Order: sequence, then C-alpha cells, then structure tokens
Amino acid sequence: MSDARTTTTAVIDRPGIAARPRPTITVHSAEAGRPRRRVDWSTVLVHAALIAAVILIAFPLVYAFVISTQAMDEVIQKPPRLLPSTHLVENYVEAWQRSGMARLLLNSAIVAVGVAVGKISISMLSAFAIVYFRFRGASLVFWSIFLTLMLPIPVRILPTYEVVGNIGWLNSYAGLTVPLMASATATFLFRQFYLTIPNELAEAAQMDGAGPLRFLWSFLLPLSWANIAALFVVLFIYGWNEYFWPLLITNTEEMRTVVIGLERLIPRSGTELPTWNYIMAGAMMALIPPVAVILFMQRWFVKGLIESDK
Amino acid sequence: MRTLTCRLLQIAALALTLVSVPGLALARTEISWWHAMTGALGDAVDAQVKQFNESQAEYEVKPVRKGTYPETLTAAIAAYRQKNPPHIVQVFEVGTQTMMLSGAVYPVWELMRDNEIKVDWNDFIKPVVGYYTKDGKLYSMPYNSSTPIFYYNKDAFKKAGLDPEKPPKTWPEVEAYAKKIIAAGGAKCGFSTGWPSWTMVENMHATHDQPFASKHNGFDGVEGVELLINREFGQKHIGALNAWQKDNVYSYGGRQGAADPKFVNGDCAMYIQSSAVINGFTKSIKFDWGTGELPHWGAPYKKATSIIGGATLWVLKGKPQAEYRGVAKFLEFLAKPEQQMWWHVNTGYLAISNTAVRNLEQGYHFVKNPKQYTAFAQLTGLSPTPPAALKDKKTAPAKPERVATANSQGLRLGNFVQIRDVIEAELENIFGGKKTVKQGLDEAVAKSNALLKEFAATYKQ
Amino acid sequence: MKRTVFPNRWLPYLLVLPQLLVTAVFFFWPAGKSLYLSVFKSPPFGGRDVFVGLDNFTALLANREYYESVLNSFIFAGGVTVLSVLGGLVIAVLANQKIRGLALYRTALLWPYGIAPAVAGIIFLFIFHPAYGILPYFLSFVTAYEFNWLLKGWIAMTLVIVATSWTHLGYNIAFFLAGLQGIPASVMEAASVDGAPPLRKFTAIVVPLISPVTFYLVVVNMVFAFFNSFPVIHAVTQGGPGNATEIMVFKLWKDGFVGLNLGSSAAQSVILMAVVIGLTMLQFRFAEKKVTY
Repeated sequence: MSDARTTTTAVIDRPGIAARPRPTITVHSAEAGRPRRRVDWSTVLVHAALIAAVILIAFPLVYAFVISTQAMDEVIQKPPRLLPSTHLVENYVEAWQRSGMARLLLNSAIVAVGVAVGKISISMLSAFAIVYFRFRGASLVFWSIFLTLMLPIPVRILPTYEVVGNIGWLNSYAGLTVPLMASATATFLFRQFYLTIPNELAEAAQMDGAGPLRFLWSFLLPLSWANIAALFVVLFIYGWNEYFWPLLITNTEEMRTVVIGLERLIPRSGTELPTWNYIMAGAMMALIPPVAVILFMQRWFVKGLIESDK
Repeated sequence: MRTLTCRLLQIAALALTLVSVPGLALARTEISWWHAMTGALGDAVDAQVKQFNESQAEYEVKPVRKGTYPETLTAAIAAYRQKNPPHIVQVFEVGTQTMMLSGAVYPVWELMRDNEIKVDWNDFIKPVVGYYTKDGKLYSMPYNSSTPIFYYNKDAFKKAGLDPEKPPKTWPEVEAYAKKIIAAGGAKCGFSTGWPSWTMVENMHATHDQPFASKHNGFDGVEGVELLINREFGQKHIGALNAWQKDNVYSYGGRQGAADPKFVNGDCAMYIQSSAVINGFTKSIKFDWGTGELPHWGAPYKKATSIIGGATLWVLKGKPQAEYRGVAKFLEFLAKPEQQMWWHVNTGYLAISNTAVRNLEQGYHFVKNPKQYTAFAQLTGLSPTPPAALKDKKTAPAKPERVATANSQGLRLGNFVQIRDVIEAELENIFGGKKTVKQGLDEAVAKSNALLKEFAATYKQ
Repeated sequence: MKRTVFPNRWLPYLLVLPQLLVTAVFFFWPAGKSLYLSVFKSPPFGGRDVFVGLDNFTALLANREYYESVLNSFIFAGGVTVLSVLGGLVIAVLANQKIRGLALYRTALLWPYGIAPAVAGIIFLFIFHPAYGILPYFLSFVTAYEFNWLLKGWIAMTLVIVATSWTHLGYNIAFFLAGLQGIPASVMEAASVDGAPPLRKFTAIVVPLISPVTFYLVVVNMVFAFFNSFPVIHAVTQGGPGNATEIMVFKLWKDGFVGLNLGSSAAQSVILMAVVIGLTMLQFRFAEKKVTY
C-alpha cells in the first residue's frame, strides 16, 4: 500500500514538482482518493511482472557467471548444470594470467576515460559556440558535424587506419582514443540542452559584464552536470567496449584492450575446443567496470536524460 | 715515468677488454612476426620463439597475435601500405594466390640464397611445399600444416560389434557402420565434419583425383580459371551427404570447428577434421578413439593423396636489408629437424621435412602415438601402419596406397577466402533444404567464377 | 525565438576548432578516401589501381546477394527496434508504478547496457549452441523441432535479434522512464476524473506525451541496429547460415577485410553513407510534423 507522499524510493523528481500519484495500467480503477483496504492485486501483479523482467534480463549474465565457475567437462555436459561449481578461483586466475588482464584493464580504462573526457570537452565547446554565437558558417559547421552522427567505424575503418598511420599514431594511446571522438553525438546533445536554457540567463550574465567564457564556466557548466554525467556513462561504455578499432590499431600485446584480450581466449582457428569457462570468466572481468559505472552513476544518468529530453 | 706508463698501460688494457666484450653496447635487432595462433597454439609459438631468442644474441623475434587469419592479413596489408610492415606474417593457405601476386613478398628461396643459408629443399615433404612452390621454388615457409583425417569412437564401434581397430575405408562402409552404431545405441549420429569446404569438397576432389578447378586447380594461370565442383563427382558426394542426413548418418555441425563437440560429446561416432585437433582431442575426449584415413568411394576413382590446410610464413618486403638476415636465421631455425619435431609433438601440426619424420619414426614416436601417423601417411601415400612398428628391418617398405596426381597438389585460386565462404554458404543451403544439390553447386560455381574473374581483373596490368 | 548571443568575432571559430579538426581528420578525410577507392579496383597490397568508373557499383546492384543483405539489414533492424523499444516501454511502464523497491528494480533492469555487444553475442552464442546450449536443451522438451541455428536461417536471425535487443533494453528503459516521469500529474488526474479506462488513458494520453522519447528511441535503435551491430554478427553467426544474417555492414566488412576487395567495399560504404544521409534528413522532416511537444 503505497502513498505517493510516503514514497521512500529514490524516484527522480524534478525540483518544484510535488509528489503526485503515479498512473497505473491495471484493471483496478485508478480514481483518486479511493481508499485501499484490500490487498492491492495490481501492485502484486506489477511486482511479479517486474521480477519476471529482471530474471529474464539477468539470466544470460547469471548463467555466464555459473559457467565461469565450472570445469570444462561440466560445461559441455547434458543436461546443463545451472548451479555454480567450485572452480571459480582457478578459472579466474587462469583467465587473468592467460590474457594478461592487468595491463588490458589499464589500457581499456585509459581509452574509456580518455574518449569520454575528450569528447565531452570538445563537444561542449562546439555546442556552446553554435548556440551562443552568430558566425559565418555556423550552420555549415552544425550540419557537417551532424552528418557524422551515424557513420559507424567499420564503414570507414581502412582509410581511417591509413590516416592514423600517416600521422604516426599507430599503436599509441592517441591513435586509440582520438579517432573515437570524431562523431558528433555529444555535440548534438549539448546543443539540444543549451537550446532549452532560458534566454534570460545569458542576458543577465551579459548585463553583469561576464564574457562568454565566464558565462560558460560559471553558468552553463553547473547546469550541465547531469548531462555530463549521462554522457560520461555512455561514452565510457562506448570507449570500453570498442572492439574493432583497437584490434586494428594496436600492434603489440601491451597496448591491447580488454575486449580484445577476451578474444584471445577464444580459439578461432577451429582446431581447438573453446574453453568456455575461461572465456566466461574473462567476459565477467571485462564487463565489471562498465556495469559498475552504470550502477554508480545511475542516478545522474537517468537525471541527465530527463534534462536533455526537452 | 714508469708509474705513469704502467698506469697508461693498465688503462689501455682495461679499455681493450671492455671494447672486446661482445654485445655490451649492441641492442638486439627486433624481428616482428604477426600471427593468428590462439590458446595453447599461441603458447607454443611463444615457447618456440623463446628458444630461438635464447639460442643467439643478435636478433629478437617478437611474435604478436593480430587476430584471426583474415584479420592478421588485413593488418599486414594496412601496415604494408603504411610502409611499415612486419617482417614475417602468417597467412592461411587460401591466401596463397593473393600473396604470390602481391608484389610485396620476399620469396623464401631468395631470402635464403641472398643470406647464403643452405637449405635442403628436397628434404621437405612434397605435398606440403608443393602448395607454396612456383616454378620449382619455395615462396613461403610452411609452419602449421595439417590435413584432414578420419576420427572414430572405438567404444561406439565395440558396442555395435564392429572391430575397433578397423576404421571404415570406403564411404559405403561409413554408411553401413553408421547405421549399425545408431541401431546399437552407440551414438546418435553417424558422422559429422569440420571445415566443410576443405574436407568435403576440396579434399574429396583431391583424394579422388578429380579437378577442383580448371587450369590444374589454378596452378597454371589466373585468367579464365573456373570451378569444376558441380560435375558428376561433386554431385555424387554432396548428394550422398545430403541424403544421409535423413537417417542421421550425417549431421551437419557448422563451419570451421563448430562441430567438434558433436564428436567429443559422443553424439557422433565418427568425425572428419584436421589432423591438428589430435592434441586437443587427446585432452578432452573421455572415450577410446582412433584415427584413420579419409574414406574413399572406390573405383573408378583413383586413390590420391590429400591436400593440406593451415598457414605459412611469408616474408614482406620493405625492411632494411640487414634485418632480413635475422629473418633468414629464424626460418632456418624453424626448418631444423629438431624444431620440426618439437612443433609436431607439441601442437599436432605436421613436421614438414622427411628427416624430421624419419627421426620421429626412429624415436618410436608414431608407435606411441599412432594417431599422429595417419596424416603423414595420407599426404605421402605411405602405408597407414607406422614402419617402426614393423621391428623387423628386413621387411620391404610397404607399397604406397595413394598416388600423388595433378589434382592433389593443392589449390591456387584468387579470392579463395570468399570462394570457400560461397561454397560453405551453398552447402548450408543444400543441407538446410533450401536448394537442391544441383542448384546449390551450380550457384556456388557461378558465384565463385565471378569472384575469380574479379580477381583476374584486379591484377590486370 | 531570438536568442541572446555573445558578440565575439573570433572566439566561436576557436571553440569549434578542436571538434572540427578531429571530425575532418578522422571522419571526412577517410570518407573521402572511401569515395576515391570506390571507383577503382585495387590490389590489396597496393600498386597499380585500375580505374573502373562505376563498375563496382553496378556489380553490387546487379548482385542478388547485395539485395539480400539490404533486406537482412532491415529485418534485423526492424526486429531489434520492435523488440527492444516495445519491451523497454512495457518494462518502463511497470517500473514507473508507485511501488516499493523501485530504485532496485530500475538498477536491475538498466545494467545490461554496459555489456559490450560482442560479449553479449558470445554469451548468447553459448546459450543457443546446438550441441550444449541451454536453450535448445529446454526447447527439446517442448518440441521435436531441431533448433539448429547453424542450418536454419530464421533461427540464426532470431538469435542475433534477441542478443542485440537484450543489450539495448536498458537504454530504452532509462529513456522511457525519464519520459514517463515527465508527464505532469495534472494531466493524469484529469483523465481519471473523466472516468477513462486505464488502457484508453494510456493510448490517448501517455503515448502522445511520450512520443518525442519514443520517436528518438525508434530512430536511435533503428540506426544502431542498422549500422552498429557488427560485433554481434561477427562474434556469433558470421553472416551464416547461407547468408541469412549477413547485414550490409557485415557484408561490407567481409568483402573489404576478408575478401580484400577494397573497391567493392568502398562502394558499399558510399551507398551506406548515402542511405544514412537520406534517412537522417527524412527523420528530421518527419519529426517536426508528427512529434507533439
């Protein structure tokens, strides 16, 4: 029996909007003010449906975890074993050692953070320029940036490799991160967000005698934190999970990222049986950081989405 | 004065000693090698390279796994275009024609000649080097070669009342054995296959002395080469496979090694796969199993040797001449019989020199590991029984059962990667019931011929 | 609406410079190179490029396989979009109720977003594996039909659609939740007072109010599935069986990378670029009309 006013869950609420009754889709009438004395079947149903959804979504991962704790013959036996086994430590140690996990995690972290920070920085600046200035070629700039929104890397990968080679960035952190900043999703997002900021703010800043950079730093930036956080999550995950580009651009084992290191555990030449337990262990280690980022930054992530949604 | 002279002499002596200590100020020349070996094979590569690096002080080979075979090749190409290629790149056998025509390779025979390293080219096993030889000269160094062989579950055989030491030799026998085993409950399916195009199309044509493509399987030229797999033999064999699906005599299990678990699990009693999986199988199979040669249809087809698969090492141009000496030394190291033997024992891939094979024989390696012998016998046409098993040295060598023919030397086709892909896709269409055998094979030939034409057009001057 | 702007002349150029530089060097330059490569036949290791005009394009458009890959791309993108947007909406609506433990549920539903598509593909490959996968095993109790995705194209397609939708769900749920919470209470209350049945309330009020979000998600999911789902196909089916799961981006990669046919691959990327630009422009026209703000 829940009353909106006593909601204790961390539901995102926009400032200024009081707690309000939420809509339901159950068969029970949702007329406001009707006293609920009986068991609220609608709530039970909702809980049940949600639990089912959670189980369905979580199952593949839980199963992968279970596999990562088994020995190889348990993995391929029929009927499949659904309970964790006892080989957790040795599998993870083996996967860690075989793929050189420590270095891989470091590299992935550098790429992920680098791409996120880099892209957010340059996007904020460009979006700011596009929205708050009138200059020749502004709309050309906007459209050309906008075009990049959707062309994925596989489409342009070989020429991009040549370009990066020409600059001399092969097998380097620069080569790993900068080309991933080329698309304009973040710029677009910031532009949409800045468009929703009331004019009065800029006017007030101008009247105060603040220059544009001051305005950006003291006014826009604080307002943008939710967006920045949301973008950070998205870009971190993107940079962490990129597969194709790091594979091509790195020449030595020391520069590899974790998603590629995971691949090293999968024999592709067809003459070896895949050691699924090690592979799943490696997969677990590879996905913990991005999932952790989501979990910790979840609040700001969703909040940022609301703000930018206008 | 004397003290000063003494002093000077001492200093001079010291300086001389320091200068004469070799390698004190010299850094090793790095040789980069891009390969595609994963897992235990990758470990074997690293171990072998370590042996080389520790055996001398001038060069250090640095092996890097760049991905799968196609990924490694693409990376090498991109790097080559950047004028910064690796010294050595491991390329799969289907990339041979592309490498040969690329203008980017330093042929192995030339490399050895230029660096004055003597190699007994005649010692290499002919079917293996034949694949990579042009005008009688070797262009790339075979590294991990294998050939498809026949695997069977001895326990399942016993259960069906079949002799576990006598694998089937003909396809009708395979069918009969399969049905018996299924009836006796020894397995759910008769047999499955790995690498469908390589085993069931390329090697079947080769071992039955049937041409896979015109112009001697492409050895004679690039223009006008066409596939010949939709003729009578191709239709007969693929037709049989397709029909056998009904009774589970044959069960399609996917490309590459996707069907391995079927055999390892005991679901299928027999299996056709590369000889290179022997080591992996030894570790993971719980039942009693053995190997045999590929089944044959019998008359009127000749019994010919099989063709190889795997990869070889190509040397790329564009590096300083002095560094190539290191490359030559490394390849010389790999070609040594001891290294050949080590590689074979540790990975299951073929040793490529006859000397190495003889050494293995004399070490009774094959007696202890009879499964490893099958591949050699099938490639060279020897009797399937290891000669060392015949302790009596007076016994005359057994008559070769298989002959090497013009159709069993290998394949040299452009765009072969895509051709294999096309063939396997059409096989899937046939086995999945989407197309008839004739339709699928005709379609495969049509698409492949287009690919071959495209290749010829790209290399037009 | 007249916006307040700052009067500086040079500053805006300076501000956009980093972004423009990166985009020009790592996007437009390679894109231009693709355009160039598309009218040549180039041997992979370099050397003599043969100019062939529009041959690469005509060869593509005459190739039945190319049309199949286009069709597959639409089927795949459509399937993923429908499954993950609808699924996301349903779950978001459920999660939007005033029940206890809401934050917990939200967390539990959101995190798959962090999993790399390739990793998800590998996990689902294992689950769907015909030899020891858990899904075919359970299905074998229900039906005798052999769920061998290695031979049956539609099963392979289902597999990759499910795997990809799974990774998208979290993203869609987050956005839908945000959108649902943006619906003012007064609107919902008014509808309740009117005595409208819940389902009617939903379709007549909630759906139009979240249409901007829905639209955005449909577009993003569609584009993502159309262009960015390469790792899943690569890790799991590799375009098979036959060509059943060969989508345009995969074919482009396969022809260029594995087949080393640089000219055809470049031509395919040019066609893709044209498609993207067309789609983008279409969306914007469409968006301004249909979406109610």
